[in-house]
Amino acid sequence: MLRLEPRPEPSRAMQALTPLAAVLLTLLLGGLLFAALGKDPVAAMRVIFVDPLLDGYSRTELLVKGTPLVLIALGLSFGFRAGVWNIGAEGQFIMGALAAGAVALAFHDVPGLWLLPLMALAGILAGLGWALIPAILKTRFNASEILVSLMLVYVAEQFLIAMVSGPLRDPQGFNFPLSRNFHDSALLPLVLEGSRVHLGVPVTLIAVALAAFVSRRHLFGFRSRLLGEAPRAAAFAGVEAGRMTVICLALSGAAAGLAGMFEAAGPAGQLAPSLPVGYGFTAIIVAFLGRLDPLGILLAGAVMALTYVGGEQAQYVLGIPAAANETFRGMLLFALLAVNLLVHYRLRLVRRAR
Amino acid sequence: MDLAALDPLLLLASLLAAATPLIWAAMGELVVERSGVLNLGVEGMMIIGAIAGFAAAVATASPALGFLAAAAAGAALALLFGLLTQILLANQVATGLALTMFGLGLAALIGQPYSGIKPPPATRLAGQIDVMVPLGLALAGAVWWFLARSRPGLILRAVGENHDAAHALGYPVVAIRLAAIAFGGACAGLGGAHLSLVRVPQWTEGMTAGAGWIALAIVVFASWRPARVVLGAWLFGGVTILQLNLQALGLGIGSAWMSMAPYLMTILVLVLISAGRSRAALGAPACLGRVFDASG
Repeated sequence: MLRLEPRPEPSRAMQALTPLAAVLLTLLLGGLLFAALGKDPVAAMRVIFVDPLLDGYSRTELLVKGTPLVLIALGLSFGFRAGVWNIGAEGQFIMGALAAGAVALAFHDVPGLWLLPLMALAGILAGLGWALIPAILKTRFNASEILVSLMLVYVAEQFLIAMVSGPLRDPQGFNFPLSRNFHDSALLPLVLEGSRVHLGVPVTLIAVALAAFVSRRHLFGFRSRLLGEAPRAAAFAGVEAGRMTVICLALSGAAAGLAGMFEAAGPAGQLAPSLPVGYGFTAIIVAFLGRLDPLGILLAGAVMALTYVGGEQAQYVLGIPAAANETFRGMLLFALLAVNLLVHYRLRLVRRAR
Repeated sequence: MDLAALDPLLLLASLLAAATPLIWAAMGELVVERSGVLNLGVEGMMIIGAIAGFAAAVATASPALGFLAAAAAGAALALLFGLLTQILLANQVATGLALTMFGLGLAALIGQPYSGIKPPPATRLAGQIDVMVPLGLALAGAVWWFLARSRPGLILRAVGENHDAAHALGYPVVAIRLAAIAFGGACAGLGGAHLSLVRVPQWTEGMTAGAGWIALAIVVFASWRPARVVLGAWLFGGVTILQLNLQALGLGIGSAWMSMAPYLMTILVLVLISAGRSRAALGAPACLGRVFDASG
């Protein structure tokens, strides 16, 4: 009979291997799902996971879709390590995009190199401010940051609709709830010809390096880990839980807000109710799949970007509905949480005592 | 302005109907949380219940069988959560989130052929009131009696307050929690089916629109007590109905602004109830969300 035996220390090998095992397990389960839908599972897997890597344009699209996932997940990872659950990054992403878009529209047709930095600042501040609501309600009034941050996603979605059907609507847009297309100086410059890869991609790579430094070398990285793993020890070491909650939420909100600005001023180029596509929720999976480590998150972001790029392809080529990809992502998180057991426990075969 | 739309009896009936999915989902979650488990996947289980109930009712032309299928589907999804958190000792918050994402995706996938179809009409007692409305109130009474007056209820609460002590006394902690989790899933599934079969009645993607999360907030608001869950659900039912009626009256406020009301209300209520009180003073089970591991 199998028995669980706690390991004295988390296994490093398993920490590296379990995300891989989770992806493989998901491929297996996903194959079953596609077979149940009456689609050829092998063809579906090839279209989603292999084809985007072979085609040049698809490869650049991976960078475009992976950027918001990685950036948001980087911000979330510090909070998740500390036990601060910001699950409303989608809302902070929307507010960031909205604020950046509002700035872009306010200075429509005004050329200037200062506009993009101003939009980025607006996006960061809006995301940060939106995340400070659950932070303050948590530290001042003890309200669950999980529920508050999530409720604010719905509020932000409605707010975006209200804005693009009202003050920010395109005056020549026949009353459609869409903003004008941003002016050239409000669009992120492209860094790769013939693609949609924008300046946000290298900025995100710099953010990965920065986050890796902070989490490994800076006191803040250590404190966030300490607070999550040993709250009592953290208290004795002088880590203030309330302050950490505020900082973690602010940080993740700022990252999500910047990702929102990148999306609005990059691939979208305007504000529309269809702008948010769930990056904020998928980033939660990216953070866990990357083991809350910046370099891991970079890899995990690439894998999840595949499910976006390949998933779109699968829709056209095989008629696999978009919802299948969503199911796929949920499965991946399940698989990851299931195999995570092996990090802290050893499976041991024991003979039953007679 | 058409004031006839504000007939008080009609309003009351639609309030009771609007509160019913919340009562079912929140009452199930209350039992789960009293056993010491935090299942954040209510939204996912509700929407799976909504589509499973809808599909079964369309296939069999029987709303009753639809509700049965919804309960089974909700419980099945909940047991997946149970397997991960109770046997594979996964983090409950993360697993609950996974359950919600998976449930939303799977429901959308299953639901594709069903959009635009009318379900077989459920028997109604009056207006918007069907049999699930009084049954929901009966459920609240039954849960109260079970937790406060019965021996199994006492054991369930003991497991939620101190799982190590309960384990030492020889109670099967994991089995009790799995049973509670399955019950919570079945209730959430029934709440979802009430949405798709009676209240709307139609299938649209993402139709629960945060109702599962509001149910979670209601449990906190209720300080983990059944009677207050009913009160909380009526409060939210009232806000929803008021908002819909005001939209229908056309006061010139954009519908997007009005649609924010239930979510803002949830935040406000959470703040008012939690302010200045510790979790214990609120009545939260002491072991809520903590991993139980008998081997270590």
